[in-house]
Amino acid sequence: MSEATLVVAGVTAGYGDAPVLREVSVTAAAGTITAVLGANGAGKTTLLRAIDGSLKLSAGRVVLDGTELSGRRPEEVSRAGVAHVPEGQGVISELTVAENLRLGLLLRPRADRAAALSDIYERFAVLAKRRNLPASTLSGGERQMLVIARALATRPRVLLLDEPSLGLAPKIVSEVLDLIRRLKDEIGLTIVLVEQNARSALAIADTGLVLNLGTVVVTAPAGQLAADEALRRHYLGF
Amino acid sequence: MVEFLEFTLEGLSAGMIYAAIALSLVLIWRGTGVLNYAQGAMAMLTSFIALEVIYVSHSYWLGFVVALAAGLVIGGIVERVVIRPVTGKPPLNAVIVTIGLLILIEGLAGLLYGSNDRSFPPAFSINGLSIGSVALGITRNDIFTGVAVLLAAAALAVTFRYTSIGLRLRATAFNARVARLLGVRVGRMLTLGWALAGLLGALAGLLVSPATFLNPNSMDTIFVLGFTAAVIGGLESPAGAVVGGLVLGVVLSYAGGYLGSEVVNLFGLAALLLVLMFRPSGLFSSAQARRV
Amino acid sequence: MASDVSEQIEVPAAQRRLAWLSRSTLARHVLLAAGGAVVLYLISVGLDPYRDYLMAQVAAMVVAVAGLTVLIGLSGQISIGNGAFMAVGGYTGALIFMHLHWPLGLILVVAAVVAAAVGAVFGLAAARLRGPYLAGATLMFAVALPFLANQFSGVLGGDQGLGFFITSPAFLGVNFSLQRWQAWVNCGVGLVVFVLLANLTASKVGRSWRAIRDDEIAAALAGLNVAGYKILAFIVSAACAGLGGVLLAIYDGTVSPSLFTFGLSIQLLTAAVLGGLGSLAGAIWGAALLVIVPIYLQDVAVSHGFASQATSAAIPTLAYGVVLIVVMLAFPRGIQGGLSRLVKKKGSL
Repeated sequence: MSEATLVVAGVTAGYGDAPVLREVSVTAAAGTITAVLGANGAGKTTLLRAIDGSLKLSAGRVVLDGTELSGRRPEEVSRAGVAHVPEGQGVISELTVAENLRLGLLLRPRADRAAALSDIYERFAVLAKRRNLPASTLSGGERQMLVIARALATRPRVLLLDEPSLGLAPKIVSEVLDLIRRLKDEIGLTIVLVEQNARSALAIADTGLVLNLGTVVVTAPAGQLAADEALRRHYLGF
Repeated sequence: MVEFLEFTLEGLSAGMIYAAIALSLVLIWRGTGVLNYAQGAMAMLTSFIALEVIYVSHSYWLGFVVALAAGLVIGGIVERVVIRPVTGKPPLNAVIVTIGLLILIEGLAGLLYGSNDRSFPPAFSINGLSIGSVALGITRNDIFTGVAVLLAAAALAVTFRYTSIGLRLRATAFNARVARLLGVRVGRMLTLGWALAGLLGALAGLLVSPATFLNPNSMDTIFVLGFTAAVIGGLESPAGAVVGGLVLGVVLSYAGGYLGSEVVNLFGLAALLLVLMFRPSGLFSSAQARRV
Repeated sequence: MASDVSEQIEVPAAQRRLAWLSRSTLARHVLLAAGGAVVLYLISVGLDPYRDYLMAQVAAMVVAVAGLTVLIGLSGQISIGNGAFMAVGGYTGALIFMHLHWPLGLILVVAAVVAAAVGAVFGLAAARLRGPYLAGATLMFAVALPFLANQFSGVLGGDQGLGFFITSPAFLGVNFSLQRWQAWVNCGVGLVVFVLLANLTASKVGRSWRAIRDDEIAAALAGLNVAGYKILAFIVSAACAGLGGVLLAIYDGTVSPSLFTFGLSIQLLTAAVLGGLGSLAGAIWGAALLVIVPIYLQDVAVSHGFASQATSAAIPTLAYGVVLIVVMLAFPRGIQGGLSRLVKKKGSL
């Protein structure tokens, strides 16, 4: 699958008059995991919404491999190859597991869909077992698997993940993080990972970025961030 | 006993019309969370269009097809022009806009056609059918009405369940934000939902107008009863809409047949209140109703 | 909300001599109403009988619209069927007038009470309903109720309806214009209703309604009896509609199913929206526009050849439709809302 670089340059955005993000710049290099860290309210989710087109930018640009994304609507951004897995409510619980996945596949040519679906079932055995059940019957961990699988079904070039570990049992959290790492290694996806749980996010990320009150405090290789005790204590709380 | 059969069949035939209106309301409600009070008026307008075409072309079926197409187009235009700007605003705004649309369309029809009743041709014979010497109380046209509505409902069900466009429509109705993130062009789906509802409404108008005659207000009662059927069925449920329509049709037919035509609407009110008393969001709704 | 703020600002600005007025809401409203009465009196004696007659009609509508404004704007519940409560009031008034010959004041009170009682029963049934389900129930109510008149045509007079002719009192002289008397009665009742409603909305009840409208769950957690207040709103709006119904009967001289159509319910809603929901003053605007605009529109359309006598009746309907949609898209808070927003903008400059 094609590798892509996502560039966020000097983005200012927010709700109403007050900007939540102020001149935020991020570069998610092709085939890497970029962890976006910071306290509650730092603007992490807002950053993803600024990328996916849900928020109008008051300044700055979002560019995917030279293609301007800023100013496009969410459906067009996702058609351009950016898959956003939102926090919490991402599953359409009235639809079955298979229908959720088919919805993701609609962006692919008709001929590829069947093969892609069986690929997904191979990778996510849990989902294969429950394919004909309403998504509302899934557990929290299975739901998270489903939204990630559905995002993959769109054949994205960039995957935006918002708090994938939120509310999951520790064992499931490590499964999810492991999956994310494998997606990078095996498919070469570019991933932007928003996490509250900084320690585990940095464990799988290549680059880490710390947001505080809507501005970027530091961008550095993940290992370096994890080693910086003062920074950790001040912004990341571990 | 014969009378009972007669009232039942009559009720089912009328119930099909309520079911069609109810179904179109459910379609719109699920897609956009708007209750379209103008649904009956739109059907009245498309029936007048059919009448014009039939008058000019002398072909019932050309009028029929043109009216359905007009319903499709009008539904889509309405969504784009007046509904889109009020989505995301307080629900009352959409209520007022569709009521505005209702009286706008009725005013327009009144201006163009006056308020007198026009007769409207049926698709098939309206002579009563009988088995041997026993009159059934229904006509070929009643049978056509039932078949047409059932076919339309089945076509919709198949579209929603088995096609990509149906999946997109359902995803939009259930969770527009997620659908958008998956590349579904939600705006187009909402327009399409209204267009399909417009088509269903137009069908109902064509089927009922031979019985009610056509005037600018002729669909008011039909709309109210269709609405009642949808509310009884639970507004969220297409199957509920059909069942609600048929139940209402039969109950009103018995009431009218055994107790006299004056009580029909009172019975409609009673049926509605009775259902809502025990199920505040209809018979077929899931446990928690959407909060509006 | 906005009006609360402006009241608080106005109080210190008020002249010291009138300070007691601002402390007593009732006194302030009564004084305003007295001023209104003088103005209305001066207007009515200057008008010809036909216009006095229109004034009576406007006043009848204002009363009913004000009740709906309170229901929708304050308590956040919708009714598309308040014309039915007008019918209840109108028929009650006519029946008492025909059979018991009570004085007019008593008839008005009893009609309002009976309509309020029906509103209470309906409100009880409707308290659990929301949004489209509530709207559906009120809609069906408005459509079904007039059929009672045919069902019990012996008592209620069927399609013909019942007569309800009031006469002007003897002390005004035999030649006193009946239309002027109709205008006086209706405007007088309207002023009383306004004073009562204005006090109610400024009271604890009004504040509770607003709290429930803005966040029902929070209001319940704060200890408000949500269902009780919702039913109360229905009762108040039904009482106003009932009074409006009698006043409309006084204006029309009859009550019949054709006076209380579903269209009337829609007109009430139109007027409430045009005037701006939640604003009592807006109810006056809305009702006046509703009565007066069609008459001129029809005249203009016929005289300019846009429509024949037969089709011109549709023109006001068409115009209402357009206006409703445009108002909702352009001024989501109605005319009064738009005006006060403009005034506020000016003030802040």
